[in-house]
Amino acid sequence: MYDFAYHKPASVADAVKILAADPEARPISGGMTLLPALKLRLNRPSAVVDLSGIAELRGVTRKGDTLVIGALTKHYEVATSAEVKAAIPALAAMAHTIGDTQVRNRGTMGGSVANNDPSADYPAALLALGATIETDKRQLPADEFFNGMFTTALEVGELVTAIHIPIPEKAGYAKMRNPASRYAMAGVFVAKTAAGVRVAVNGAGANGVFREKAMEAALAANWSADAVAGIKVDPSLLNGDIHGSAEYRAHLVTVMAKRAVVDAG
Amino acid sequence: MNVVTPFEGIGASLRRKEDFRFLQGRGQYVDDINRPGQTHAVMLRSPHAHATIDRIDTAAARAMPGVKAIFVGEDMAAEAIGGIPCGWQIHNKDGSPMAEPMHPALALGKVRHVGDPVAVVIAETKAQARDAAEAILVAYTPLPAVSGTEAALKPGAPQVHEAAAGNLCYDWHIGDKAAQEAAFARAARVVKFETTNNRLVPNAMEPRAAIGDFDAFSGDYTLYTTSQNPHVIRLLMGAFVLHIPESKLRVVAPDVGGGFGSKIYHYAEEAIVTWAAGKVKRPIKWTCERSESFMSDAHGRDHVSTAELALDAEGKILGLKVHTLANMGAYLSTFAPCVPTYLYATLLSGVYATPVIYAEVKAVFTNTVPVDAYRGAGRPEATYLLERLMDVAAAEAGLDKVEFRRRNFIRPDQFPYQTPVALQYDSGDYHATLAMALEAADWAGFEGRRAAAKAQGRLRGIGISTYVEACGIAPSAVVGSLGARAGLYEVGTIRVHPTGSVTVLTGAHSHGQGHETTFAQLVADKLGVPTANVDIVHGDTAKVPFGMGTYGSRSLAVGGSAMDKAMDKIIAKGKRIAAHLMEASVEDVEFERGTFRVAGTDRTKSLTDISLAAYVPHNYPIDEIEPGLEETAFYDPKNFTYPGGCHICEVEIDPDTGRTTVVNFTAVDDVGRVINPMIVEGQVQGGIAQGIGQALLEAAVYDASGQLLSGSFMDYTMPRAGDLPDVGVATHTTLCTHNPLGVKGCGEVGAIGSPPAVMNAVVDALRDYGVRHVEMPATPQKIWGIVNAHRIAAE
Repeated sequence: MYDFAYHKPASVADAVKILAADPEARPISGGMTLLPALKLRLNRPSAVVDLSGIAELRGVTRKGDTLVIGALTKHYEVATSAEVKAAIPALAAMAHTIGDTQVRNRGTMGGSVANNDPSADYPAALLALGATIETDKRQLPADEFFNGMFTTALEVGELVTAIHIPIPEKAGYAKMRNPASRYAMAGVFVAKTAAGVRVAVNGAGANGVFREKAMEAALAANWSADAVAGIKVDPSLLNGDIHGSAEYRAHLVTVMAKRAVVDAG
Repeated sequence: MNVVTPFEGIGASLRRKEDFRFLQGRGQYVDDINRPGQTHAVMLRSPHAHATIDRIDTAAARAMPGVKAIFVGEDMAAEAIGGIPCGWQIHNKDGSPMAEPMHPALALGKVRHVGDPVAVVIAETKAQARDAAEAILVAYTPLPAVSGTEAALKPGAPQVHEAAAGNLCYDWHIGDKAAQEAAFARAARVVKFETTNNRLVPNAMEPRAAIGDFDAFSGDYTLYTTSQNPHVIRLLMGAFVLHIPESKLRVVAPDVGGGFGSKIYHYAEEAIVTWAAGKVKRPIKWTCERSESFMSDAHGRDHVSTAELALDAEGKILGLKVHTLANMGAYLSTFAPCVPTYLYATLLSGVYATPVIYAEVKAVFTNTVPVDAYRGAGRPEATYLLERLMDVAAAEAGLDKVEFRRRNFIRPDQFPYQTPVALQYDSGDYHATLAMALEAADWAGFEGRRAAAKAQGRLRGIGISTYVEACGIAPSAVVGSLGARAGLYEVGTIRVHPTGSVTVLTGAHSHGQGHETTFAQLVADKLGVPTANVDIVHGDTAKVPFGMGTYGSRSLAVGGSAMDKAMDKIIAKGKRIAAHLMEASVEDVEFERGTFRVAGTDRTKSLTDISLAAYVPHNYPIDEIEPGLEETAFYDPKNFTYPGGCHICEVEIDPDTGRTTVVNFTAVDDVGRVINPMIVEGQVQGGIAQGIGQALLEAAVYDASGQLLSGSFMDYTMPRAGDLPDVGVATHTTLCTHNPLGVKGCGEVGAIGSPPAVMNAVVDALRDYGVRHVEMPATPQKIWGIVNAHRIAAE
């Protein structure tokens, strides 16, 4: 990696101050994406601002009908949290499928959400659950937060601090992994929420995570795997690579949607 | 002696001695070694598959902090540094030698594959070397490139080398063409089958590394390298590349973390750091990064073949005809030419009494990483082709695939069996391994399991592979006549110390095989010395006599046999000393597991008594016997060894996703005498893991322009624990008839026998879809494509 300055602030205010002063600085939480990029010299920040010392960003709490998950909460903590397992078991189960044991003990929800990797898991969950992403400046609904592949509404230097997730009536997730990377090649998160049925697709979209409205309508009318069995997403909107053509991914989205509904129960 | 100790000899499942340090992170790998004053090297590699180098500007890079030196190809050429040599020469059908273009260590004027090294930067730290490498300006003019095996031979294809017209390296054949044509003319049926054997990236856990060291006072060079055969590297690099006499060049291959063939070869980086260490007068370390290893370690396989099998009306094989194209990559790696010829076509008889075989092989150059031997080397390609062909032929002839195989097996009473493709199998019992495997896999109960899976929406298939391979390489005179430029004996020294402990020096090299345990067991079994008191020394040309290293499942069959011969010499000398001490005739002295005894008496001497007498020769027949108890033997095998057996695989396919899961795998292998059953089980399981990897997961994918699309673990699918079933391993032993241990070798059988078993199972799972063949790897996308096409056709 190239040389960079290293900061480890103890509060969000301090972190934001460092980031505001240096637009080339990059925040790091678990580092599961940024570290490999640094090692491969694909990224050359002037400074790395290590958020791991900010205690206020950790932990899961339930506030009424909402789960509030601190941005630095690790995948392992989400997967094993009694609070998450009781409120949104599909989210805990999803967290358990991210990466491997080492990744789950390093990677954080805030980091995953801020990175918005098209094949990451959490963006699909948050979009389908109608979560709100809280930053040091504002609150953004997931629909406005995820803006395409590796792109979010975050401004330079803005930090995700917490994720607020309304507890759904039911939710489920299924994904087909890329055989090599084991990231999602096509994943579907379905949720029956107070605001209606929402379906989000990750891994497959040419422009990152997206909502699948036809499936939402079908499931709103009839919550069953059969309801989505005949709905196929347009392959021209999907990604293709050596592991999965757009046509294959389109097929997988339908299969995973059916399985997600079954998973939700 | 009345002391009861756990049996540690031949047949004991002793825990691996070396694992105590490996599992605790105490291994000493090349990258763990740091020499005083060490500098670091980074290779600048070509981003182009094919380009001319118009200019290299290193001025800015040289001025950067910490940079000690930068060298390019012309710097080495100016000192008459040789090209990286090839260790095997194949001759064309017309008797002319193969095309053997120069392989410069650093590119000269042209780059021929992505990853071809263009310059080396040596700096105080690795980071400084990387920074400087990025500052080197190389002006390339990209040229059209060719990456595909078949594309390379097409008229008008881009030419990889001026010295290889039409990209042809050689056009070789074996067997009797006229006899093959005659056999086909009287056949009741000829079954034709075409297939590709997918290119693989070996991916040893430890990436390659090398440290060059030069002592300006003595003029001695030392190379620490991740090698399976340090003496071969010393010979090739010293004699052909750097022109350093053996006495001035030491090559050390310490703990090495996996090789699978990819660390046999002499690589450019070894020569570069050794030569450059002499220039900068500082030690130089180079450690390959993972993404770098994808584009610089020799790849494996990459064949395109057509096979035709002629059958009579009763389903007996009359003859086999094979045509194969083999991709050599951009340059000839050390043993590349022999892989698709003498390690491949000679295996095409398989376990069958095929009367006539004719095979033609064309090897081609492409703008890809060089291809060489990878676990099994040629034999997996032959076995896959033949065992898939057997299934296709059985289906087309309407024969049961097991009965069809059995009907054509070489029978136990036919050994030694001379095949029509040069090899003479010494022993085997294919009926026995088949019967054991069918039983262990519950072959008879499969249709019930298939129906149960179908009821759950899954497609279940079963596949079988019956195979033989040739290893324990190799008789030097035979391989010499076939084009090898090296001998393939092995050496072993047994050094019995004064108080009876033993050091073994071996030319074999352990990079995961457990030699420190298996070889110690040989000594325990024969000399009666506890394994705790037996140390194995390998991997250092300064310590071990000239040996040939480890590959081709040769360590035990050849290296172990050398040790056995050396122990015979120890025993013979010990008997003479014992006869003197016990005042008996040497003919009357017997030896068994540590005790010399005057036959028929209770007069005994222990090995320790004898060794002490040998090194403290006070009461000693000094006029007749030299002091000391150390013997060396060189063993050159009389033949290859021929492990074989039967693998049975069961898979389930999820038709909705195309995902294939191996649900059952049974291996019954005949590896000859088993020294350590636990190590054999581990070796077989490891080989099967790689075989399942080839069948279902792994593929090195180049695009037409020569860019490697699967250049990291993000896109190259390595098998992981979750991809593998609990593999049941059993052995059935027929002894090798020509080596003293009766051993055959177990390192490669798993990777050789398993891929066709897996693919036969995949095709069987899809039998209701009318599928004749599926190419490896059977990825989810590929299987879904087949299922989907069938679905569309049905609608």
